[in-house]
Amino acid sequence: MLMKIAILRFGGSNCDLDVQKALNNLGVHAELVWYKEVLEGFDGAIIPGGFSYGDYLRAGAIAARTKIMQSVQEMAADGKPVLGICNGAQILSESNLVPGTFTLNQYPKFICKWVKLLKIGRSPFTSLSSEVVKLPIAHKEGRYVVPPRLLKELYENDQVVFKYVDDKGCPTSAANPNGSQDNIAAISNLEKNVLAMMPHPERASEKRLGSLDGNAVFESMIRYIKSL
Amino acid sequence: MLFRAEITVKLKDGMLDPEATTITKALKHLGFECRSLKQASVFELEFEADSRQNATEVAQGMCQRLLANPIIHDYSVVLE
Repeated sequence: MLMKIAILRFGGSNCDLDVQKALNNLGVHAELVWYKEVLEGFDGAIIPGGFSYGDYLRAGAIAARTKIMQSVQEMAADGKPVLGICNGAQILSESNLVPGTFTLNQYPKFICKWVKLLKIGRSPFTSLSSEVVKLPIAHKEGRYVVPPRLLKELYENDQVVFKYVDDKGCPTSAANPNGSQDNIAAISNLEKNVLAMMPHPERASEKRLGSLDGNAVFESMIRYIKSL
Repeated sequence: MLFRAEITVKLKDGMLDPEATTITKALKHLGFECRSLKQASVFELEFEADSRQNATEVAQGMCQRLLANPIIHDYSVVLE
């Protein structure tokens, strides 16, 4: 059967069309699903970036409590891949689908820049990715925070997926754009089928955008779906 | 019965608060020295509940399910 991936849309979502184009470029059918619609018959879901509900209260807080997110919870429980990008990552953390939370940057300003990321451990979203990738970030609330006792567990369970690194691939404080704990840029659930990442892979999915590294995230996700 | 509640949500002690740091610096520019500064969100609500205890539970439910993020926030509820 033809693979079908859902791209969720809330009021204030953006880069949804970019994600769709990136998937289409890889030959995959992706449908935009408005949050009031029914999420059914999809092999995976992607929550794109943006500023859902104006980032009121906390980024992602309102969207995380919408009905469609219950369907996303069910998809995740069924083992289907769920990817949250930027605001999507914030929505996943606010939904408790991944541990920890993304909050105001250490320097409390919107940052938009290219970063280098080191792939950590094994994830269905990075199986085809190089060790070090170049992707853009664009956020104000991207500082990853997790209680210290949980941080140890995240490493033991292989849930840290990307870290901000310098040109040599070292997770230095200078390479940490937002003050994230342990330079963490992407985190997964215990079962690994849910990934919350602050960088934007869809903004690095065509040569003219400056990097093709983002495609590996989508390609890995597609490969994972085929393996199910 | 109608109840009025004041819910305060603030960052847990020891959490980095970049906005508070920036505000502290701005106050310093104006000649005000602060040893510490915390900011919080205050929600003033009116809602119906069966009893005072029920009203407290409702307000706490609001905090647990939406208004606060337990990873970074503490909250308090004061009923009028």
